[in-house]
Amino acid sequence: MSISVQNISKSYKSIQAIDDVSFEVNEGELFGLIGPDGAGKTTIFRILTTLLLANEGNAKVLEFDVKQDYKAIRNSVGYMPGKFSLYQDLTVEENLTFFATIFGTTIEENYDLIEDIYVQIEPFKKRRAGALSGGMKQKLALCCALIHAPKVLFLDEPTTGVDPVSRKEFWQMLKRLQQKGITILVSTPYMDEASLCDRIALIQKGKILKIDSPSNIISKYDKVIYDIQSKNTHGLIHDLKNYSSHYSVYAFGEFIHYIDTNQNFNPNDLQDYLQQKNHTQIIIKPAQTTIEDVFMDL
Amino acid sequence: MNEEKIIQVENLTKKFGDFTAVKGITFDVYKGEIFGFLGANGAGKTTAMKMLIGISNPTSGKANVAGFDVLSQSEMVKKSIGYMSQKFSMYDDLTIKENITFFGGIYGLSRKQIKQKITQLVEELELQEVINNLVGSLPLGWKQKLSFSVALLHEPKIVFLDEPTGGVDPITRRQFWEMIYTQAYKGTTIFVTTHYMDEAEYCDRVSIMVDGAIEALDSPKKLKEQFQVDSMNDVFLKLARNIE
Repeated sequence: MSISVQNISKSYKSIQAIDDVSFEVNEGELFGLIGPDGAGKTTIFRILTTLLLANEGNAKVLEFDVKQDYKAIRNSVGYMPGKFSLYQDLTVEENLTFFATIFGTTIEENYDLIEDIYVQIEPFKKRRAGALSGGMKQKLALCCALIHAPKVLFLDEPTTGVDPVSRKEFWQMLKRLQQKGITILVSTPYMDEASLCDRIALIQKGKILKIDSPSNIISKYDKVIYDIQSKNTHGLIHDLKNYSSHYSVYAFGEFIHYIDTNQNFNPNDLQDYLQQKNHTQIIIKPAQTTIEDVFMDL
Repeated sequence: MNEEKIIQVENLTKKFGDFTAVKGITFDVYKGEIFGFLGANGAGKTTAMKMLIGISNPTSGKANVAGFDVLSQSEMVKKSIGYMSQKFSMYDDLTIKENITFFGGIYGLSRKQIKQKITQLVEELELQEVINNLVGSLPLGWKQKLSFSVALLHEPKIVFLDEPTGGVDPITRRQFWEMIYTQAYKGTTIFVTTHYMDEAEYCDRVSIMVDGAIEALDSPKKLKEQFQVDSMNDVFLKLARNIE
């Protein structure tokens, strides 16, 4: 077991940030905390990286207790916070050297671990970190978190605000790190990234709603979702919400995801209804369930 | 959708020293359209948007927004548009009511108009219980919906939304888009940037910037046909990958 969290709670004044959270991450696993801003993801990261004490509960990282053995944890984990927190006035190279030195190592010693990430920012190694683009900053931060060859890597929303191409590249990097035996706990508000994890915890308002593999979460979902489309999307959402047996109506890309309350729902009835409402080019077909559908129904 | 052009951009260019951030882009946006303005980080989106809202002067080229030239009539441009971004929306240390009053004043609304707007927003967004609460204490989703409404206080012809839904939970994100649809339906033009590719599908037309230039511009349906893929995410990946 690389990470073990048991009944952790934390509140800030009147706000309950996390409420009785428990989960375990296996060695070598890529585990995702999936949830929106304010769900409590960062609080969990700060407790596990020994930067914050929980009000209640126990947590262990690599069998070290987050309270008693905090120094041992700090030496053996890497942490990339959500906010860019490297030294803006140091260059790329200086930042990396600094973090290597702090941990009593050198860039050369663990170069193989960061090589394929570092080569992408090496052309800018004399540039101050503050002057890097968002994607470059993210790569530098990952290098700094890896430079002491940690056994566990904590990544708090590494892809927030990052474009789809860079996000895809980032996840490819994570997969390669995982293959080198590093356990990774990563958080993200992007539901489509959930499917790239081995297991995920869906989290909202400080509570874990579900923990399972992405494929199990989808296959265990028992409602039938329909993709619906017509020429007038604005009117379609409105009319579907007024259909008496509707359960939920949400825009999903080019289609509306529609769920009916009726067990014996007949798409033809809905088709007739939409035609009466003057919709044209109507499409109704079974949809693929996504993690986002499940999350929204929790 | 109307055929009236509300934004006309011609060879718009911005240079910073030797670096050309925006390379002579040309496009039109129509009245009541939801126009998605996409691109990778560093592709020049923000620079282009700053020129369109009148806070950065073009190096060359022209842009007309809501009937005004962005270079010579930038103050008029600012008065005719709404703007909302994820980074800056409202003042956390003011209450909801104070924020609405403040922004109403900034946009030149009369006291009477501001009062009417407050009543209207309280009703539409169901703010009865929280109108005197500090904005900082609101959940992110509420803040975003409220700041969208604040950007519309002076009934602008166009509203610019810079990543309006970043980090917001999936349900609120959709409620937000339903507000956008309703507003577009009323005739307001929506100019929006996003990193969520499913949201790109909600736009009437989408432009994709790569390396300072617009590499694709069409409806999501036509773009998917053109690139022979199933989703806007794949269109985006294909475009940006081909450049490398």
